Amino acid sequence: MSLTRTASSVLKKCCDLKILHRASSSLSSSSDPLSSTTSRQFALYGGRQTVTLIPGDGIGPEVSDAVRKIFLSAGVPVDFEEVNVTSSNLRSGSCEDALVSIRRNEVALKGNIETNVDELDLDEKSANVILRTKLDLFANVIKVKSIPGIITRHNMIDIRLIRENTEGEYSNLEHEGVPGVVESLKIITAKNSLRIARFAFEYAQRNGRKKVTAVHKANIMKLSDGLFLQCCREVACDFPDIEFEDMIIDNTTMQMVSNPYQFDVMVMPNLYGNILGNVCCGLVGGPGVVAGANIGSKHRVFETATRNTGKSIAGLNIANPSAFIFSSSHMLKYIGLHKYASLISQALVDTLQLDRIHTPDLGGSHTTSDVVDAVCKRVESQAYKVRYDQTPHKQHGW
Amino acid sequence: LFKNFAKKPAETQSGEKLRVTMIPGDGVGPELMYSVKEVFTAADVPIQFEEFWVSEVQDRCSDEQIAELIHSVAKNKVALKGILATPSWFDMGELQSVNMNIRKQLDLFANVVRVKSLPGITTRHGAIDIVVIREQTEGEYSALEHESVPGVVESLKIITRVKSERIAKFAFDYATKHGRNKVTAVHKANIMKLADGMFLDSCREVAKLYPKIKFEAMIVDNTCMQLASHPSQFDVMVMPNLYGNIIDNLAAGLVGGAGVVPGESYSPDCVVFETGARHPFAQAVGRNIANPTAMLMCAANMLHHMNLVAHAKLVQDALLKVLRDGKIRTTDLKGYATTTEFTAAVINNLGKA
Repeated sequence: MSLTRTASSVLKKCCDLKILHRASSSLSSSSDPLSSTTSRQFALYGGRQTVTLIPGDGIGPEVSDAVRKIFLSAGVPVDFEEVNVTSSNLRSGSCEDALVSIRRNEVALKGNIETNVDELDLDEKSANVILRTKLDLFANVIKVKSIPGIITRHNMIDIRLIRENTEGEYSNLEHEGVPGVVESLKIITAKNSLRIARFAFEYAQRNGRKKVTAVHKANIMKLSDGLFLQCCREVACDFPDIEFEDMIIDNTTMQMVSNPYQFDVMVMPNLYGNILGNVCCGLVGGPGVVAGANIGSKHRVFETATRNTGKSIAGLNIANPSAFIFSSSHMLKYIGLHKYASLISQALVDTLQLDRIHTPDLGGSHTTSDVVDAVCKRVESQAYKVRYDQTPHKQHGW
Repeated sequence: LFKNFAKKPAETQSGEKLRVTMIPGDGVGPELMYSVKEVFTAADVPIQFEEFWVSEVQDRCSDEQIAELIHSVAKNKVALKGILATPSWFDMGELQSVNMNIRKQLDLFANVVRVKSLPGITTRHGAIDIVVIREQTEGEYSALEHESVPGVVESLKIITRVKSERIAKFAFDYATKHGRNKVTAVHKANIMKLADGMFLDSCREVAKLYPKIKFEAMIVDNTCMQLASHPSQFDVMVMPNLYGNIIDNLAAGLVGGAGVVPGESYSPDCVVFETGARHPFAQAVGRNIANPTAMLMCAANMLHHMNLVAHAKLVQDALLKVLRDGKIRTTDLKGYATTTEFTAAVINNLGKA
């Protein structure tokens, strides 16, 4: 009884538009890196830019080599500063090296780092989480798009998943107050919810998207998810030309596998994003083909969409490098080399679609190096045109 | 020529040529450029030069000519430049030299001079490997001078935090990228407490983001003495404009003079490759005695920058072999060979190293 009363009072507070409006307008400058006035300080000299590369564990080193090889074939003016962070050298401070490197270069390409649950102390966080929290990479964006040439049950899917990355169920606040009873705290704050909502709407606006769907479970978690939903509604008022709707998480997953075409841009708290992200990847061809990025107000780390290391197939030359190659292409787009970006992503799509060179996860029998060689060949024949293409640059897509 | 390399670079496979802006400049510049062109032809380098013959001393520096040149560099992103002589007389016209004009317009803020002992060139010091990084858009070169009272001239030296931080970040990024261990900031903050003080402060601030690179500061007069006596203590050096100019020349003198030290100037988008010690060597014009080593090294560095790694290695190896063999030397290195003979020797050694 008392709980419901608090619930309604909090919701009433949230409905006080003035409070939220003030909060959201003060946030607007920091939430969108592209519209912010602080100038970005890339390590860009003489047209060549340094980008941090963290190969990570599992198949990371293999697919990183693939990207290096393709960049060399295309003549991409990017140099990598490689920082080796793996589960085995975390104790020797490699994670701090990666942090300062990303702080300096502001852009990174990253494989996944294995989190060894058994070896980790209870209060120790995984290296992936440390990077995300220390750099305040609040938004995780996954680009779920059907790739021509990869046959799945649905075609022409084109969804952007935006996930709050810093709080919610991932707050590391768990305790056993009474033996046998564990409490795990899920934290939702108005500040972070407004920030992610604004990011989602600005992303939709910048990329010419029509609709934003907020995913929640406010029918059960009336306070926490209620606050999240309320924040999304509030921000939606500032974007009258973008349609807004909300959907409950369980229904969303069902809709996603039966009728995914109804979705455009989706925004959600941390755990739902994790689950839905994996559902979406499954729809378009699995973890090997979908790219993602973790975005902060200043730094961006480009990764694969699903956060698994592929340890079981490491070193076998059968990993699908597509996700990481797409991710590197998005990275190029972000730093302004969008012509190289489309050169590489087009070459990869052509390799998958026209050459039909597929790794085992897509039902093919080709190796990682077969894919890379085919992409390099396609890229090399077009590289010259890109270098002297004088058409003006497009707006950043990411 | 390419039998030693697994595969030719992409650009040659498609048979297209890359465009590079060329500014031959004054003095021996055109002769050195001719040498570069000969070597590039022989090495089958897929580069096509767009030449711009601007000059301040010969009155070929109208606004239109400069604008065309700027446009070309901005488009090609890469340029190879000889030296534009700057006269010391003042005809009551523009205070800013053409060199400064080009640097300002293209925002070529960082000048890098790679001072390295070369094989086959005997000097007083062995094994020097220093990178001198110089801010070159502000400081004493701001072209702000006036005579407010007759007989009293004020010359303004401008130091800004934005540009100081930018050059410091450049120096540390350069050190990181090239695996260097130490950055030394050169200043005179004991006398110019505000101006050089801010420069030093900016360097200290930026250094915090690079925990793996050692940072130290040194006053410019002491730096000159240390360079002449113990040059091996230095690694990467970063400094404001005028100190950079002096230290570039001092350091070049340590390893064999203006003829053997390459350099480059960076903006965020463009890069201009030019010799490290910028002297036109006008007294040698037409005498065929200039040493093309520095310009050929610039050219090799340029190829490397443009992802033509195999070609860069080809040219560089041939050049180093000629120097190491020591049979063909130009007069500045106490030899008798002409520029043409030296160039021919490099061409003969392509692919033989």
